[in-house]
Amino acid sequence: MNGDHLLSIRNLRVRFRVYEGVAAAVDGVDFFVEKGETLGLVGESGCGKSVTAMSILRLLPSPPAELEGEIRFQGKNLLELPQDELRKIRGGAISMIFQEPMTSLNPLLTIGEQISEAIVLHQGVSRQEAWDRAVEMLARVQIPSPEARAKDYPHKLSGGMRQRAMIAMALSCNPNLLLADEPTTALDVTIQAQIMDLMERLREEIGASIILITHNLGLIAEMAREVVVMYAGKVVEEAPVRELFSEPLHPYTQGLLGSVPVIGRKFKMEKKRLQEIPGIVPSIFEMPKGCRFHPRCNRVMDVCRFEEPPMVEMGQRRRVLCWLWA
Amino acid sequence: MGSGKEKTVKLPEEGRPSFEGISSGTQSQFRKGLAKLLRNKMAVFGGILILGYVVTAIFAPILYPGNPSAPNLMRSLERPSWEHPLGTDELGRSILGRIIYGSRVSLMISLGVVSVGLLIGVPLGLISGYYGGKVDFVLQRITDMLLAFPGFLLALALVAILGVGINNTVISIGISMVPIYIRLVRGCVLSVREQVYVEAAIAVGTPDLRIIRRHILPNVMVPIIVQTSLGMGTAILFAAGLGFLGIGVQPPTPEWGAMLGSGRGYIFNSPHVATFPGLAIFLAVLGFNLLGDGLRDALDPRSKI
Repeated sequence: MNGDHLLSIRNLRVRFRVYEGVAAAVDGVDFFVEKGETLGLVGESGCGKSVTAMSILRLLPSPPAELEGEIRFQGKNLLELPQDELRKIRGGAISMIFQEPMTSLNPLLTIGEQISEAIVLHQGVSRQEAWDRAVEMLARVQIPSPEARAKDYPHKLSGGMRQRAMIAMALSCNPNLLLADEPTTALDVTIQAQIMDLMERLREEIGASIILITHNLGLIAEMAREVVVMYAGKVVEEAPVRELFSEPLHPYTQGLLGSVPVIGRKFKMEKKRLQEIPGIVPSIFEMPKGCRFHPRCNRVMDVCRFEEPPMVEMGQRRRVLCWLWA
Repeated sequence: MGSGKEKTVKLPEEGRPSFEGISSGTQSQFRKGLAKLLRNKMAVFGGILILGYVVTAIFAPILYPGNPSAPNLMRSLERPSWEHPLGTDELGRSILGRIIYGSRVSLMISLGVVSVGLLIGVPLGLISGYYGGKVDFVLQRITDMLLAFPGFLLALALVAILGVGINNTVISIGISMVPIYIRLVRGCVLSVREQVYVEAAIAVGTPDLRIIRRHILPNVMVPIIVQTSLGMGTAILFAAGLGFLGIGVQPPTPEWGAMLGSGRGYIFNSPHVATFPGLAIFLAVLGFNLLGDGLRDALDPRSKI
């Protein structure tokens, strides 16, 4: 059964050895992605979501980053792959969409040049053919008059258009896995919806899996099938999306869900304020002893302060890292 | 503004706001930069000076038909006259003629010098900034060592090793400029390297060399262009300095610095011998510096209007 997973991450540890000390940004993360599914990766800023995604393509500069564990993709351990094979996978079988569409395109190259660059690299076609494919991809991401836009420089395009262009670039080589690192955070809400629709449609067309990294729980509810919740470099809960929203197990997940404002819910009448999780994510150099969430947890017990909680398996792809369920 | 060259602003499609970011370098951007450069009076003045020197260098044989190196001792140290508008030097050679031919020598030297600086400094700066780590450390410590010498002293030391002559002058001054380019390019690369589009290029599997060539180099061109213009001026000054000391270009080749040096002895009786070559050096360096400053102001994407 393990062989069926498109991507499986096992005991991934990412440490940054810097002047201030050793920062364990990701500390023993494991999860897997099935073919064709969308997996949501949620958590606050600084919990290690992006670092996890970057380590899949080994995009972290090393040194200072030190990677440990196993990232198995189509039978190969990406962490041990030689550079030239890794380059074939980057942009080919796995591609990535970045958070800032305003800066993720080179201002000195036209949109068409940048998209066809990836196509030339991976499909070994001529420049002309690659250009034609780039224009076709722009049309597929619903950019109007794609021939003209392909000749434009990025500054002529709006944020939403640029993100579409990035998606076109990411999907131009029919990837099996798409890493979307907060793809809509920098966009306004109406365009967010369009972009997510587009990604969802293209996912179905190409049959790719998506790892969607976000702190926007609305997006997760809409897009993801499975959800992995991270806190301070660890996976604290995994659940199918419905169960996560109906029955969150970890106090952190409960806090996250409680802190989403719901339009129409009358907080004033119930004399209830919008919930928040008190405190902030702990400093990466001074992780609390025991459960890393205990200083902010509203159901903290004595054991949480001294001993690390166990991962409790609650069923098929349902687990929680908490003493409450042990 | 009001130059009438600006295009009318096109409304973006779908009526969406288009965010004009910190983009630079597209063709219209280039035209905008040029318009800005032409509006800068000092830069235009510098440009005209340099253009004057270039024209002089190209048409030297027409402007001064005689041999600028042939001595005529009968007429040494003459004051400016109709026949010799800037007078003659101690060997009776026309100073005007020598300055005209000297512009060839000086421009060739400065072109050679910046070529050496660019060809060695830019690739090393790119490698140092892009790869970082140990390569960067080693290259930067060597750069530190070279930068610890005053530029002119370094050139002087290299001439002492390599020997005099026009080629060695070019090589020595060129090498003394290499660390400046390395430092400049490395610094720019460090900031461009952190851009998301470079990360995106890595994420689609672009090989390093291609990333450096297509994504990094074009984005660090502006400071390189500015430094090259300023470097031309410095090169002329250094070459003249070496010539003045008698260890640069050797006589009888007409070279401004050497002319200045030989005129030094007659400064009280025949001040024109040293004054006019000095003026030629001064105006050439001024021209390149003004143009360089103008280019910096015109091409810097951060300065608006």
